[in-house]
Amino acid sequence: MQQYIDFFRTHRQQIDESCAPALNSFREKAFDVFRKTGFPPCPSEDYLHTDVAALLKDDFGFFLNPPGRTVDPHKAFRCNVVNLNAIKHFIVNGYLLETKDNAPLPQGVFSGSLHVFARQHPELFLKYYNRLAGQEEDGLAAFNTLFVQDGYVLYVPEHVILENTVQLTGISGGSSRSLINRRILVILEAGAQAKLLLCDHTSDEKSAPAVTQVVEVYAGENAHLDFYELEESAPEAVRLTGNYIRQAAASRMITNSITLSNGFTRNNYRIDLAGRQAETRLYGMAIADARQKIDTFTRINHLVPECRSSELFKYILDDEATGAFCGKIIVSPDAQRTEAYQNNRNLLGSRNCRMYSKPQLEIYADDVKCSHGMTTGQLDEAALFYMRSRGIPADEAALLLKFAFTSDVIQGIRLEGLRDRLKLLIEKRFRGELIKCQGCI
Amino acid sequence: MLTIKDLHASINGKEILKGLNLQVNAGEVHAIMGPNGSGKSTLSAVLVGNPAFEVTRGEITFKGEPLTECSPEERSCRGIFLSFQYPVEIPGVSMVNFMRTAVNEHRKRKGETPLTAGEFLKMMREKQSVVELDKNLVNRSVNEGFSGGEKKRNEIFQMAMLEPELAILDETDSGLDIDALRIVANGVNHLKRPGNATIVITHYQRLLDYIRPDVVHVLYNGRIVKTGGPELALELESKGYDWLTKESTCSNT
Repeated sequence: MQQYIDFFRTHRQQIDESCAPALNSFREKAFDVFRKTGFPPCPSEDYLHTDVAALLKDDFGFFLNPPGRTVDPHKAFRCNVVNLNAIKHFIVNGYLLETKDNAPLPQGVFSGSLHVFARQHPELFLKYYNRLAGQEEDGLAAFNTLFVQDGYVLYVPEHVILENTVQLTGISGGSSRSLINRRILVILEAGAQAKLLLCDHTSDEKSAPAVTQVVEVYAGENAHLDFYELEESAPEAVRLTGNYIRQAAASRMITNSITLSNGFTRNNYRIDLAGRQAETRLYGMAIADARQKIDTFTRINHLVPECRSSELFKYILDDEATGAFCGKIIVSPDAQRTEAYQNNRNLLGSRNCRMYSKPQLEIYADDVKCSHGMTTGQLDEAALFYMRSRGIPADEAALLLKFAFTSDVIQGIRLEGLRDRLKLLIEKRFRGELIKCQGCI
Repeated sequence: MLTIKDLHASINGKEILKGLNLQVNAGEVHAIMGPNGSGKSTLSAVLVGNPAFEVTRGEITFKGEPLTECSPEERSCRGIFLSFQYPVEIPGVSMVNFMRTAVNEHRKRKGETPLTAGEFLKMMREKQSVVELDKNLVNRSVNEGFSGGEKKRNEIFQMAMLEPELAILDETDSGLDIDALRIVANGVNHLKRPGNATIVITHYQRLLDYIRPDVVHVLYNGRIVKTGGPELALELESKGYDWLTKESTCSNT
């Protein structure tokens, strides 16, 4: 970690010079926090299976100035989910590319670069940026705040409904090992609605970037947000994300995170249900084989009465893959009539894959409905035999069962085009055909 | 069509079949009866290659070819079908997808091209009517949430789709009310062809009123201890198995 402290000291000017003053104004505090906490220690209660310091110990390069705008991602990277009719953005090595070909947005909506937003709307930026991620002394969030130079902002004013899905495609990589820090800020004011899809890729199978990503989401009263995330990255990639979500009264959120291929991924979620009758659905699925590792940490805070949360995470592991899931649900003393459900189901395809699952419910109110369930096992032998007895070969039967295992997570997606595309990608993934998403068109 | 010689089979080291012999010819319907625990379901499981059972001795040939080394899927494609006593629920796998995969595997094996979606759905509709299967059921996951009767009808529906040469019905009558029993039995009779054979495993004469057997066997303690015509089933219905099991025990000593 010392190398990063030194690097910040020596390169402070370079980091600041291309960024908005409002963005730079958060670095000093982040520096203090990071110097104090460092990366989250491992093993520690919330980091049992991810050693961040070890993952980031190599000498990574930084992209300190926005790259030239010459790359045409539509040509370099064809990613086209049919029937999505999306507002498209590309975020290459942490920097949002300028896009001109999107349809005009409704009045008052901002969909674009973090850096531009900080310049154009400093008062909004200062009101929201880092207010959730910086709430606690979190070494990883502080690290991101320290170095981040760009990212993406979606701002939807009161009662505006953004019909089109925003598709944000992250592409990271390059010839040397690089560390990429990006930031996503989503602000939905009261009654606003939006859908955001983040497709996270590495530029090719050989690239080995480390990405830190901090997402902050504010869902105002009655706001609705669907947030889908799809990771397909290279075997040597490292991805560390922190998602900080705050929901006001009667807001609805769906968060669905799907890992189709990766190297080492750690996804953190903290969801604060801060207004009555807020509802959140947090879904996730990971398919991991070879030596892939995927670690998910979720914390749902029921802060006020009458909120609902529902969690479903499914892992399909094979070879020597490792999966971890930790699900914390904290029901505050006055959060009466809370409903909180958590489910983690895991399928192991080999003797050498490992799954670590830890449900953790802390309930301090007495009038609540809470439940959790966890199972880890193999494919159902009886179902396999039944299918084979109808002439379906063992491999094909296993594939159908694995595919079926993912179906409830996929059904939780409300974009039909994405659902159909995912079914195809998942089937290809199980057949070992998938190399990259762009080949799927 | 099916020849079983001196078949011994065990599960978890416990021998269940202890030298079973059986000959089933094309066009015949055989009923296998016997008290609980005599090995009836084991016989059906061994015939379709359930990996939980181990054949320790003896041989099975089907249409002149040995069967014991074949995988369950090969046996299915060669024309053997088991209607399960307890059909398995498979959440998330739709009936349509399940049956299309199965039918196309059978076609592939015969060197035929896969059915188009339209051809397949037409075939589904035709075969559903054989067992009066509710058309909504095929849009659901395999057997998930089906009633006992629906599950059994679904078995016969699958049989209609796969058109086996040898059908084994393992207690297909258990858990069925009179109407469902009639529908299932009619379905089976409707599918009967001169070149095909059926083995009906049952506890009760009732099913045999609908599916007329040519030969009735009594299985006891892992072996067939008595073989007769349809009248044997009636005799068992009135006398039970006691007289046979005693006879069999005596002849063993």
